[in-house]
Amino acid sequence: MQKPNHISKKQSETTCYHCGEQCEEEVLYKEEKSFCCTGCKLVYEVLQQNELCQYYELAENPGTSQKVRENRSNRFDYLLDEDVVDKLVDYQDKDMAHITFSIPMIHCASCIWLLENLHRLHEGVVAGRVNFLKKSVQIKYNKGKIDLKELVQLLSHIGYEPTINLSDVDKKSPNKVDRSLIYRLAVAGFCFGNMMFFSLPEYFSEAELLGTGFKGLFNYLNVALALPVFFYSASGFHHSAFQALKQRKVNMDVPIVLGIFALFFYSLYEIFIVGQEGYLDTLGGLLFFLLIGKLYQQKTYDTLSFDRDYKAYFPVAVTRMRQKREEVIPLSKLEVGNLIKVRNAELIPADSVLVEGEAYIDYSFVTGEAVPVHKAKGSLIYAGGRQKGKPITLAVQKSPSQGYLTDLWNNEAFSKNEQHSMESLAQRISGKFTFTVLAIAFLTLGYWSFVDFSQGVQAFTAVLIITCPCALAMSTPFTLGNTLRIFGRGKFYLKNAQVIEKMVAVDTVVFDKTGTLTDIRKASISYEGSPLTVESKGAIKALVNQSTHPLSNRVNAFLGEIAIVEVEKVKEIQGKGLEGIYKSQVIKLGSLAFVKEEPSEEKDSGNLVYFAIEGELIGKFVINSGLRSDAARVLEEVGKGRQLHILSGDHNHEQKYLVQVFGPKVVMQFNQGPLQKLRYLYDLQEKGRTTLMLGDGLNDAGALKASDVGIALTDGVTHFSPASDAIMDASALSRLGAFLDFAKSSKKIIKSSFGLSFTYNAVGVFFAVQGLVSPVFCAVLMPISSVSVVVFTTLATNILAKKKGLTINQH
Amino acid sequence: MEVIFLLIAISLLMASFFLWLFFKAMKAGQFDDDYTPSVRILFENKVKKENKKNQTNKSK
Repeated sequence: MQKPNHISKKQSETTCYHCGEQCEEEVLYKEEKSFCCTGCKLVYEVLQQNELCQYYELAENPGTSQKVRENRSNRFDYLLDEDVVDKLVDYQDKDMAHITFSIPMIHCASCIWLLENLHRLHEGVVAGRVNFLKKSVQIKYNKGKIDLKELVQLLSHIGYEPTINLSDVDKKSPNKVDRSLIYRLAVAGFCFGNMMFFSLPEYFSEAELLGTGFKGLFNYLNVALALPVFFYSASGFHHSAFQALKQRKVNMDVPIVLGIFALFFYSLYEIFIVGQEGYLDTLGGLLFFLLIGKLYQQKTYDTLSFDRDYKAYFPVAVTRMRQKREEVIPLSKLEVGNLIKVRNAELIPADSVLVEGEAYIDYSFVTGEAVPVHKAKGSLIYAGGRQKGKPITLAVQKSPSQGYLTDLWNNEAFSKNEQHSMESLAQRISGKFTFTVLAIAFLTLGYWSFVDFSQGVQAFTAVLIITCPCALAMSTPFTLGNTLRIFGRGKFYLKNAQVIEKMVAVDTVVFDKTGTLTDIRKASISYEGSPLTVESKGAIKALVNQSTHPLSNRVNAFLGEIAIVEVEKVKEIQGKGLEGIYKSQVIKLGSLAFVKEEPSEEKDSGNLVYFAIEGELIGKFVINSGLRSDAARVLEEVGKGRQLHILSGDHNHEQKYLVQVFGPKVVMQFNQGPLQKLRYLYDLQEKGRTTLMLGDGLNDAGALKASDVGIALTDGVTHFSPASDAIMDASALSRLGAFLDFAKSSKKIIKSSFGLSFTYNAVGVFFAVQGLVSPVFCAVLMPISSVSVVVFTTLATNILAKKKGLTINQH
Repeated sequence: MEVIFLLIAISLLMASFFLWLFFKAMKAGQFDDDYTPSVRILFENKVKKENKKNQTNKSK
């Protein structure tokens, strides 16, 4: 979890007083304090006017950079819409309203302080309360003095713009935290503690001293305390065991419930009929330990969402053009045929046709390919792209819920819920376990009934009680829970503990290339050869402008803004390159074999673009696909004993280079659209392979969902990520091999702790079949076995994590 | 020794009372965020007259 970051940079260079970044372009001064941009200075001035400068004392340079500030005043106009407001607020009456914003910028103590002192900035705000872990703030405000739009503007003004997206507006689900497990645990703990208290005199024969009256009282009190344990705390186990039996299966909860029933009813019989003390304290302890185990496994990462649908990506509001006038409306009110205006860096909300302006659409969100694609007037632009450059006007063709992107979500992969959940190790064991226990119990009963039937019943129940697999049931949750935490510390967040068991079985790993193995920001291009004249640069630019090939786009971006010269008869030859005629000379751009007539010994590699005039080589552009620094090592580690596949949405121009880096064993597929990726995963599964998919963009969303283990790779964990089983911070990619190994080790740990608990069971059964089990024996053996299993798994996981280098200091 | 009856009753009642308090705190969301309060408590209320009014407002 992120703790406040006290950024302490050396002050040798001028850093911004507000955000702590280095002032590269300009330095602004205000009262001897330096600022990197007007935005940061503005925030400072606002805070200073309101005497809120304590903000800067709580943490050093607490602000976030305000360089990219959008100052369109009508940006939040949709917040004036009554429907939108109603859906966003948590509560409102005549003059007060409560609203919870999610603000990803919250990162330090100063943030908390400022957001909780908003009332000093505006009298309309009554109070603010920050939840640091969830990065959210609940604000109570007076509707008469400030409306929602002004409130959001105020927040945005001080650098804390809340993220409001469509899913906030669409469904109002104040994610009710499931606290019932904690309540059950609290009840079990309370009853267990008191039952121990009342049973203790019994064990040390102190009750005799107190007289029989006390003995009876203690027993009845124990019965009273056992009722909530049996009926409330244990209800989860009853329910699960009953469900399993209904489907003719045996899960781990079945032998547990057998034990619970045996404990409860045999104790009632002992107390009310025989007049002895019973095993109720053991029952309390059993439930207490079992519930701790359950709670331990139920680790959740609240701030991460693993199940996002397309609504989370879309903007809440769009700018609609109506009779030459702009109005901001909520997306839900957008209709087919509307004209909308999309500005720089805004997302295109619906499939639409370009009506006006020059569109450079960045589809990195959808495909992972970062180079913007140029679109001419009249062409169809799919939703999900981001405009780079001047504002464009679009005519909406399909409603946002029916676009190309949202079609992906309507694919069957998303409607099926956990279609092939694997049978866990514990489940497989529990069947055999239960039958063995029952067999032993009945054999004992049969043997004893020849001697003494009541003794036989006692031995029978004793077997059921003693074999109640408490320790067995605890080894899985504690091992998996520990693994989950160790992974979390390594910035690898799993949706739940089942994912770990699935990771063990993975035999095929599929990587998405762009954005996963490559880092978009690392892609670099350089030019080698005789220097290019301005004229030839212009000619090259003219050539690449005609092409949509990713390499052309890269070269285009590399050349920058230069004047284009007129080139005639530009032709694109698929898979080879471009040619044209400039000043009656043939100029060519593309692969070596294409530009140069006679064959040469120089190796033709996919990431080189050659430039030649009249067959004479001038130079080449070297495009470095910007593989993540340790990508090759990761693939090598992961590839041990697993099949590797790489899927790419790109053309195959880099195939040779990739083969060189990753070796020939890796299966590579190019030109894979989102649907093809999904199919590819299905095909692999049909061949009986257990797949792990690692992807980043929305285009991988289908494949991630279809795979057995889908891992979304992201640069900022709280940022965008498609629906998946796990979220991995990009910096943790280098440890993927170690994570997979560790998943295997944790399975081994579970197995050995099973062995440990079987030993306890064997010892217990040895005494039980002889009818030698007493309540004290139970009350001692049960906690000892549970605690030792917990200690064993915890130690084993932590030691192994250290060995594998997975324990990373949090700071 | 009969006083033990009374003591047991009292101890059980007290323990139940704490259990009830725990439930109440849980429901109120006291354990939802275990980090922010540890920071919040360290904020000083700088002297500023109009603040004090707001501050009392804030604490529900």
